[in-house]
Amino acid sequence: MPEHGPRDLMVQAQAVSKHFGALQVLRGINLEVKRGEVMCIIGPSGSGKSTFLRCINHLEKVDGGRLMVDGQMVGYREHGGRVYELKDREVCRRRAEVGMVFQHFNLFPHMTALQNVTVGPVKVKGETRAQAEQRGRELLARVGLADKVDAYPRQLSGGQQQRVAIARALGMQPKLMLFDEPTSALDPELVGDVLQVMRQLAEDGMTMVVVTHEIGFAREVGDSLVFMDGGVVVESGVPREVLANPSQERTKAFLSRIL
Amino acid sequence: MNQEPPAGRGARQAPLPAGAPRVVPVRHPGRWVAAAVLALLGVMLVHSLFFSHVDIGGVRRERFEWSVIDHYLFNPAVMQGVRNTILLTVIAMVGGVVIGVLLAVMRLSPNPIVSGFAWVYIWFFRGTPVLVQLLFWFAAGYLFPTFTIGVPFGPALFHIDLNATLTPMVAASIGLSLNEGAYMSEIVRAGIVSVDEGQLEAAQTLGMSRLKAMRLVVLPQAMRVIIPPTGNETISMLKTTSLASVVTVQELTFAVEQIAAANYKTVPLYIDASIWYLVVTTVMMVGQYYLERYYARGSVRQLPPTPWQQIRSGAFLRPGRGRYGRFPGVIGGEWAPVLAGQDEGVL
Ligand SMILES: Nc1ncnc2c1ncn2[C@@H]1O[C@H](COP(=O)(O)OP(=O)(O)OP(=O)(O)O)[C@@H](O)[C@H]1O
Ligand SMILES: [Mg+2]
Repeated sequence: MPEHGPRDLMVQAQAVSKHFGALQVLRGINLEVKRGEVMCIIGPSGSGKSTFLRCINHLEKVDGGRLMVDGQMVGYREHGGRVYELKDREVCRRRAEVGMVFQHFNLFPHMTALQNVTVGPVKVKGETRAQAEQRGRELLARVGLADKVDAYPRQLSGGQQQRVAIARALGMQPKLMLFDEPTSALDPELVGDVLQVMRQLAEDGMTMVVVTHEIGFAREVGDSLVFMDGGVVVESGVPREVLANPSQERTKAFLSRIL
Repeated sequence: MNQEPPAGRGARQAPLPAGAPRVVPVRHPGRWVAAAVLALLGVMLVHSLFFSHVDIGGVRRERFEWSVIDHYLFNPAVMQGVRNTILLTVIAMVGGVVIGVLLAVMRLSPNPIVSGFAWVYIWFFRGTPVLVQLLFWFAAGYLFPTFTIGVPFGPALFHIDLNATLTPMVAASIGLSLNEGAYMSEIVRAGIVSVDEGQLEAAQTLGMSRLKAMRLVVLPQAMRVIIPPTGNETISMLKTTSLASVVTVQELTFAVEQIAAANYKTVPLYIDASIWYLVVTTVMMVGQYYLERYYARGSVRQLPPTPWQQIRSGAFLRPGRGRYGRFPGVIGGEWAPVLAGQDEGVL
């Protein structure tokens, strides 16, 4: 791997750990995501993949190690050799720079597709409605839903809803996109459309961390692949190599089960 | 009673092929018996209400004195009472909803002092009789003739003359609002917790603060759960305002009581009051129907037509034949299966 300074890193996790009560879910995660990189994370259920993503977005609080996003500690501010916990307002400001897409879409059901995409820019970033709507329409067109701007989520298929959710996240013009099993809740024939949108996003240079079971996507689109189990990174590397000859027994066992 | 078959079924049967056996529909003799009994009871009720007489001291007169009821129905004092009752209901409910929303959000706050305050408020205002609370606010003008906020033993920052400000109407408004707020907060809280947590998270990932997410994302969705019991509370409040008569507010019950005290026509005047309470309740229920319809947008794929739209399309005249079948009525609650998400099946 070529040398790179911390400035090239979008996400940097050093011995990140997280407990829920007595249960230690993350047991020292170490990984780095470069700017523009697409990292895919695979691993068995309960291995802590979602928890790690949620930590990046400060939906969960890390309780050990260092987690940096774009050179800043998540949830903290370093100044004069001390670390200060961030105020709520600052946490919100930083969250606004990271997009997240959920397994179950979590679209706002009382808003149309366009309103879902514009509510963030208008109410959080203070953009004018006209400006936000113009970009919202562009984004919906980009995910192939130009004709669905006025539809409510309940009137859309799962695949369409997930593409609206991606457009909603992109509406905030994030520097990093997190995907938590974005296609797991979809019928097989709808998966392709969503993956196609994500592939396009990757080609446009977006930095992405994708928890997924779509091995094909990980192989073709991912720049790196991480296998997590039991709250640690068991193995990581170039997707093709990891998938073709995993070096760890646990990776082999997992891949033989899902491939 | 004669029940309509569920919409669609039996409405448009395909013609039977020639030679097929004739289908004998199930007969329901019990329904006819029940209908006959109810019809008879109805006739008896109408007779007793409108056509029967009583002898009092050898004088024969109408049992319910409809002429008296009629005479006082639009009496100026009664009309003033209706206006005050509506005004007090609106003020108390608006105040109650605002206080209720604030308390519900506070109650769910991660800050223990904030949620503790909400808990104590609800505990106190639900735990003491509303009549006593009304009497307190009425008496507050005598207990605290003036109200001053300032540095203790220092200068005053804020000062009002409570004796002049706390008119009966103001005292009743404050008392009913504060009391209603405690009940509304639990209704609002139930609405908030009914919204999937993923909604709050999705809002937070867009950079919204907790309060902004509540206002823009959670509360609008909670409305569907909040409105039906709030309609209940409003109708209940309409009647509770009659308690304000004890603190001399000229509302509907007080107005008819005063007239009855002078002419002893107690029963007809209470019927007048009941007619007005029913009229206002009816208007409120229609309003609630349209409010629920508004907040159901996005949660059903297609809204069913309003009763008015059904009348215009003639669906009411052809029960079971309209595209949506017959609409069950104006009363809130027929939406329950629709709102529960089985929309396609029901429509
Ligand atoms: N809020 C919570 N409180 C307590 N335990 C939790 C909480 N969230 C997650 N866990 C536990 O943490 C562990 C890891 O959960 P996580 O959701 O991160 O797994 P995952 O790798 O995403 O699994 P899956 O593939 O099934 O989504 C699980 O054992 C889960 O039960
Ligand atoms: Mg998960």
